[in-house]
Amino acid sequence: MSIMLNAENVWFRYSQEGDWALKDISLQVEKGEFVAVLGSNGCGKSTLAKLFNAILLPEKGDIIVEGINTKEEEKLLDIRQKVGMVFQNPDNQIVATVVEEDVAFALENMGVPPREIRTRIDEAMQSAGIYKHREKGPHQLSGGQKQRVAIAGIIAMRPDCIVLDEPTAMLDPYGREAVINTVKKLNKEYGITVVLITHYMTEAAQADRIVVMTKGKIEKMGTPKEIFSQVEYMQSLALDVPQTSALAYEINKHGFNLSTEAISIDECAAQLYKFLEE
Amino acid sequence: MLKDITIGQHFPGKSPVHNLDARLKIVITVLFVIVRFMSTNFPGLILSGVFVLAMYKLSGIPLKMLKKSIKPLMPLIVFTVILNLFFIKGETPLIKLGFVEIYPEAVMFIIVMISRILLLICGTSLLTYTTSTIALTDGLEALMKPLNKINFPVHEMAMMMTIALRFIPTLIEETEKIMNAQKSRGALLDSGSFSDKIKALVPILVPLFISAFRRAEELATAMECRCYHGGEGRTRLRQLKITNDDIRYTAVCMVTFAVILSMKLFFTRVI
Repeated sequence: MSIMLNAENVWFRYSQEGDWALKDISLQVEKGEFVAVLGSNGCGKSTLAKLFNAILLPEKGDIIVEGINTKEEEKLLDIRQKVGMVFQNPDNQIVATVVEEDVAFALENMGVPPREIRTRIDEAMQSAGIYKHREKGPHQLSGGQKQRVAIAGIIAMRPDCIVLDEPTAMLDPYGREAVINTVKKLNKEYGITVVLITHYMTEAAQADRIVVMTKGKIEKMGTPKEIFSQVEYMQSLALDVPQTSALAYEINKHGFNLSTEAISIDECAAQLYKFLEE
Repeated sequence: MLKDITIGQHFPGKSPVHNLDARLKIVITVLFVIVRFMSTNFPGLILSGVFVLAMYKLSGIPLKMLKKSIKPLMPLIVFTVILNLFFIKGETPLIKLGFVEIYPEAVMFIIVMISRILLLICGTSLLTYTTSTIALTDGLEALMKPLNKINFPVHEMAMMMTIALRFIPTLIEETEKIMNAQKSRGALLDSGSFSDKIKALVPILVPLFISAFRRAEELATAMECRCYHGGEGRTRLRQLKITNDDIRYTAVCMVTFAVILSMKLFFTRVI
């Protein structure tokens, strides 16, 4: 497996004398991986996202995107094409007044010939599941649909990696589910590397690997099972665990011995069933 | 109340008016405005009225929309009427009430003036109703392209327009949210003297501006993330192309305008 994103001892701060927003971050994301970044507010996870496609540049250390250092200014557009970004507020990332023209925005900027734009945006809109809304205005769509328009606008660029900065924070549960399913599909079917920054543990639980950040540092890395089974530790960082792990943890407090590694509802139910049978 | 503002709203459709090339549509609209100002007789006025109505019929835009776009202009119209009714003097008064004299010239003037304003509003809003804002800005950009030679930032202007139009509904929604939030905290927005009402606007405008700036910053980042780097080397999803239909419809409009103008030769001007 080759490495998609590589952060090497990255230090970053917003002003010269200010506090460090990121302290000595080293993180490798492999091609095709689905990584979730967890952390409480102000832990630097959004800052890290912006470093990955050269919106911000590290003060010390390097970010390497498929062999390109983000500090190479002449490669800026290549980097942005390789690493697409989706932000929290869907309203503030839609430029055009019609869905399909917004999806085409990146391709227009890249100077893709009009015919090819057409085929690529149709593909992108279909994989994001918004093809039937292509002629609507953004104000006619729900939050979840708008966020999928933003995702379509990114996948039309055919990036190798998508960084999503709390894409579901402003959505209702249905919109949230639709967006996460789209992201999972992009990862599984198209092999696009995904870095998902989120507050929701159920979303993080679906990733291949979880990175936990606090105060500008990486606290822990591991599979969702490894991370969420440490209920007390997560709580000490003011982070939740999925309700399934929390349930097992609470039951264990009363002297039982359930595994907190059962994250999905099915797994948890199966475990409880087995437990009750015994 | 705020939802009534319709300028800049687009009603998607497939009528000939919708399909007409944006550049031609803009030119036709500008010509219509010019013709409207030059033609000063009744037949010309009536013909323009028929033209606008026919265009609305053809485009399938409900006439209800017309009423909506005229509504915010009512104060202006009423003001014009009152002002002109009493201040235009002719030879023999039509009605005499004490010191108030109303002359037939004034009545004529008002009729022409009002129908002019109405036709202008209706005619020009048809442009925004039937043209998506992107087509509109594409058209403007194409028409203004020659200005590039004198270093006029044509693409940047077009981009600014697109974004402004895109955010009108968003900001209207936001304004309503802020108004409700302030109302729920006891702000009195609709009552009090005129100066009270103006003062009541401050707690609405300040958060609106702050949020607009924040949006602008986020939007700029999002645009950068999608490789935006100015107009250089940009292509377009939609290529502007003039079809035979476009030429036919434009010809029809031109002939109508010529007829309206030629009325000048046969009828005396009203004002």
